[in-house]
Amino acid sequence: MSMTEQRSTSALLYLSGVTVSFDGFKALNNLSLLVEPGEMRAIIGPNGAGKTTMMDVVTGKTRPDEGEVVFDGKADLTKLDEADIATLGIGRKFQKPTVFENHTVRDNLLLALAGLRSWYKLLLAAPTKAENNRLDEILSIIRMEPQQHMLAARLSHGQKQWLEIGMLLAQDPKLLLVDEPVAGMTDVETETTAQVLREINKTHSVVVVEHDMSFVRALGVKVTVLHEGSMLAEGTLDQVSADPRVVEVYLGR
Amino acid sequence: MFFLRLLTGVSSALAVVLITATAWAADLQTLVTNLTTGGFGDREKAISELVASGEARAAPILEALAAGQLYVRKADNVVVIGKADGNKLALSEAVSGKPAGSGTEAELDRVRVNNRLRGVIEAAVGSLTLMSPDARVRRDAADSLFKRPDPTALGALDAAIAAEKDARIKTAFQEARAAVVLTSDASKQDKLAALEVVRDKGNRDALSVLQAAINSQSDPEVKAAATAAAASVRQTLAGWEAAQNVWYGISLGSVLLLAAIGLAITFGTMGVINMAHGEMVMLGAYTTFVVQDIIRTSFPHLFDASLLIALPLAFLVAGVVGIAIERGIIRFLYGRPLDTLLATWGLSLVLQQAVRSIFGPSNREVGAPAFMSGAFQLGQLTITYGRLWIVVFSLLVFATLILVLRKTPLGLYMRAVTQNRPMASAMGIRTPRVDALTFGLGSGIAGLAGVALSQIDNVSPNLGQGYIIDSFMVVVFGGVGNLFGTLVGATALGIVNKFLEPYAGAVLGKILVLVFIILFIQRRPRGLFALKGRSVE
Amino acid sequence: MITRFLWQGMGPSLRVAVLFVLAIGIILPLLNQLMPASNALYVPAWVLQLIGKYLCFASLALAVDLVWGFCGILTLGHAAFFALGGYCMGMYLMRQIGSRGQYGNPLLPDFMVFLNYKELPWFWHGFDQFWFAAIMIVLVPSLLALALGWFAFRSRVTGVYLSIITQAMTFALMLAFFRNDMGLGGNNGMTDFKDILGFSVQSDATRATLCFASALVLAIFLVISAAVVGSRFGKALTAVRDAESRMRFLGYRVEGYKLFVFVLSAAMAGIAGALYVPQVGIINPSEFSPGNSIEAVLWVAVGGRGTLIGPVIGAFLVNWGKTYLTGALPEVWLFALGALFIAVTLFLPKGVVGLWSQIRSRGTTRKAKVPA
Repeated sequence: MSMTEQRSTSALLYLSGVTVSFDGFKALNNLSLLVEPGEMRAIIGPNGAGKTTMMDVVTGKTRPDEGEVVFDGKADLTKLDEADIATLGIGRKFQKPTVFENHTVRDNLLLALAGLRSWYKLLLAAPTKAENNRLDEILSIIRMEPQQHMLAARLSHGQKQWLEIGMLLAQDPKLLLVDEPVAGMTDVETETTAQVLREINKTHSVVVVEHDMSFVRALGVKVTVLHEGSMLAEGTLDQVSADPRVVEVYLGR
Repeated sequence: MFFLRLLTGVSSALAVVLITATAWAADLQTLVTNLTTGGFGDREKAISELVASGEARAAPILEALAAGQLYVRKADNVVVIGKADGNKLALSEAVSGKPAGSGTEAELDRVRVNNRLRGVIEAAVGSLTLMSPDARVRRDAADSLFKRPDPTALGALDAAIAAEKDARIKTAFQEARAAVVLTSDASKQDKLAALEVVRDKGNRDALSVLQAAINSQSDPEVKAAATAAAASVRQTLAGWEAAQNVWYGISLGSVLLLAAIGLAITFGTMGVINMAHGEMVMLGAYTTFVVQDIIRTSFPHLFDASLLIALPLAFLVAGVVGIAIERGIIRFLYGRPLDTLLATWGLSLVLQQAVRSIFGPSNREVGAPAFMSGAFQLGQLTITYGRLWIVVFSLLVFATLILVLRKTPLGLYMRAVTQNRPMASAMGIRTPRVDALTFGLGSGIAGLAGVALSQIDNVSPNLGQGYIIDSFMVVVFGGVGNLFGTLVGATALGIVNKFLEPYAGAVLGKILVLVFIILFIQRRPRGLFALKGRSVE
Repeated sequence: MITRFLWQGMGPSLRVAVLFVLAIGIILPLLNQLMPASNALYVPAWVLQLIGKYLCFASLALAVDLVWGFCGILTLGHAAFFALGGYCMGMYLMRQIGSRGQYGNPLLPDFMVFLNYKELPWFWHGFDQFWFAAIMIVLVPSLLALALGWFAFRSRVTGVYLSIITQAMTFALMLAFFRNDMGLGGNNGMTDFKDILGFSVQSDATRATLCFASALVLAIFLVISAAVVGSRFGKALTAVRDAESRMRFLGYRVEGYKLFVFVLSAAMAGIAGALYVPQVGIINPSEFSPGNSIEAVLWVAVGGRGTLIGPVIGAFLVNWGKTYLTGALPEVWLFALGALFIAVTLFLPKGVVGLWSQIRSRGTTRKAKVPA
């Protein structure tokens, strides 16, 4: 009974006691985490802390050995696969921009656009007026109207990043998981990305996994520190930075 | 007084018998001549007279008669034994055993026998040879008596048992005696005791003796005991049959292991399927053929060592070809596993056709050295030395490979490249070189497999084709990147295959195994012993 | 709606290709039928048979390309679908022989009489009707593809794993069909066909018609494939090929996409096989051999994977080469075939069509540079 009560909490994403082990090595160890609707959360931690595995669990790529993962107070994510979870409204942006290289920019957005997903409907479907309008809108937001008929393979690295953000907008998820968005970026690009994420956060909940402390500081949101698959500390960046355990994990060894 | 007279009477009767026997022995010539005259009925009588003579020469003569090798030479009416020698028959005199030149079928009259006579002869020879000085002959005699129990041989058997020194042959005699007792009109107790002896023998022959006893015995108690004994023997047999299947399965598994292990290395390390892997096996087999060919013509005394000489050569030939393939084709296709598959398939066609052009399309004969021919009995298992050596060899190759991977720098580099290619490269490991050597190693092992397979499979250009799918199944089943998985996978698939065969037939068995693997991959897409974790993706 | 669906993929070059295929299928048979044998334009029946065979191979290649070129599934099992379609047709043709077989049994085909069959096996019933055989030609390969694909795609068997599984399936089928107790002719397969739909399979007119039918079927397949590939489904399909897990994270149920093309492609291969059998006059288990499947993949690779006309061009080029070489220099053919596999993957990954567009685009960029 208590479980249903817990599930009816207001949390958008609810992880409780999640454990994942690979050949005896516990990538996640009894991890619990709450993300409220509309929240942006930064997750930091040293290499091997379990950040990416946590994302894999939430998006259905990896099944946890134990624990609960509940989305939006009702959906048990441990029972669903990637496609189901994506349809529920969880989007994921990978570290490396992955766009469909052999498709035009517009087709990339069309594929990402929330709505039709089943193969037999797509066989006969032509883009509707509403869909076209939405595509035009997104193209103008990411300022790529001139390139809309260009193959994605011919875009520059920066343009691909933008296209991917456009695809996320088109997908319109309730919760967006972002994996190390600023790896390999210059300071200016990092700052721009932080702005974009804050902008997206106005309408979507966001979980950002990141190494880069200055970027996390720029986001200015609640921080969760992972270590060896469990939560080590939670709070503002200043609070967690002051935590001696966190200091030890990052500097001690 | 009476007793004394009786004694005299008996001894004088005995003396008469002895004298008559000597007289007959002296007249072996006549007895043998009697064999060749008259109808089948007369011949049967002549056979029993010959047997009663107890003459040592009688056994080979009777055997020749049963085999249809006893002739009368038309020219001089001498009875001869003729053995095929080219187009002619090499002759020897039946009575003296001296060579008597040669002759053709036309110059001779064959002494004819029918199946009934053959049976009579077999039983007769059995009792004749019970006292032979040759242990093997005595053993065979006991076996043939067991299979064809002859009540008249009881006395001879008792004498033989009393005289026998070799414990195993004695047991065989006692078993034969038990079988004979069951066909005689011995007492109930004797028969029940005999049933136990036969039951303890516990093989197929024992079962048929018991079956005969069930059908012929009238006493209900004996009949029930025979039925119980037969059931017990059946159970023993079923156990041995399972053991035999396990052995066949292990044997097949060792072949699969040899073929798959090289593939496991190349596929595990580089993620590419080398469709020409089977052709590496074929090259190994042809290397063996060439080595044997040279040895046969130039160094015949080395023949027994031919496989040992072929092993390093096959490893080198296949390994060098493997390195050439990696350097010449595969390295340009990394990251495109499907294209690698196509290109290596093309290569396999070229290699097959090349071998076909050089050695011809037909099967080539590869002989077995002495230590690999023959078989031995383990309980009721027949184990051929050839198969046994292949099992041993495959385990040796496996162990060596594990050592190479664990203890040598190459093994260390290979594992590093398998786990994290960019990192290995960043740490100064020359990954291209490791790739080439890995490929050479995998191919070389395929070459070794070829040497072993030349002993049990036809050495033809198509030799390798049959192994690529099986090998891949083994690797997938065991789990990619895990050599112990390959070992378990090969053995398991081998045994499953052999257990299915009796019920489903060889072909259907194979199909069932394929279906099983397809279903298995549903459950565990990464095999029995999967590497788990993020690095797999 | 159907016409719109069919029309959506028709680009100009495809229209040319379809017309060209139809032209071959109409003109050559007509020349055979209308011209006297002495005329220079007369097309002998063996040429029609050869072209008809190539057209069937081209259909098979197109089917392979649909799954490999557009969905990234390297199938090594399409020879099986082709052969299954062929066997269905073969069963129909066997039953048309009736009592004209050597043993004169009105019900049982010769090989069954020879193997002491007392009655027709259950799965032979209905094959005396063409409509039934026609349904089976599509149904049998489709169902096999559905079963295999269902298991394989659902458990995310991809890449070389899938290739080898399809090859294993073909291999298993070949072993099965070699067995006499399959009731399908065993080793020798089925041959000595007499007539199809009442017309003698030997006659020139039938050959001409079969050649035309093969061309028509290829043309229809081109149109259907173009429609599938050009639809939003097709966009999703190529996206699955390029980044499967990305599509999953976008909410696409990838299995459905793969399964649909796989089954469609298997049905196409089955129909191609069914047209092939009356033209060559025999079907036997060697059609299942794994080598055949891979050869079909080679046709696609040579022509250009991921294009619709590539497989057609490739099938014609490679098979013409095969016909020529196996006749003129039989020893060389396997060397040539093997070398072609290697050469195409190493030097011509986009095939002849890719080479052509490369040359063309180089030409246009040069032209574009000149005025600037």
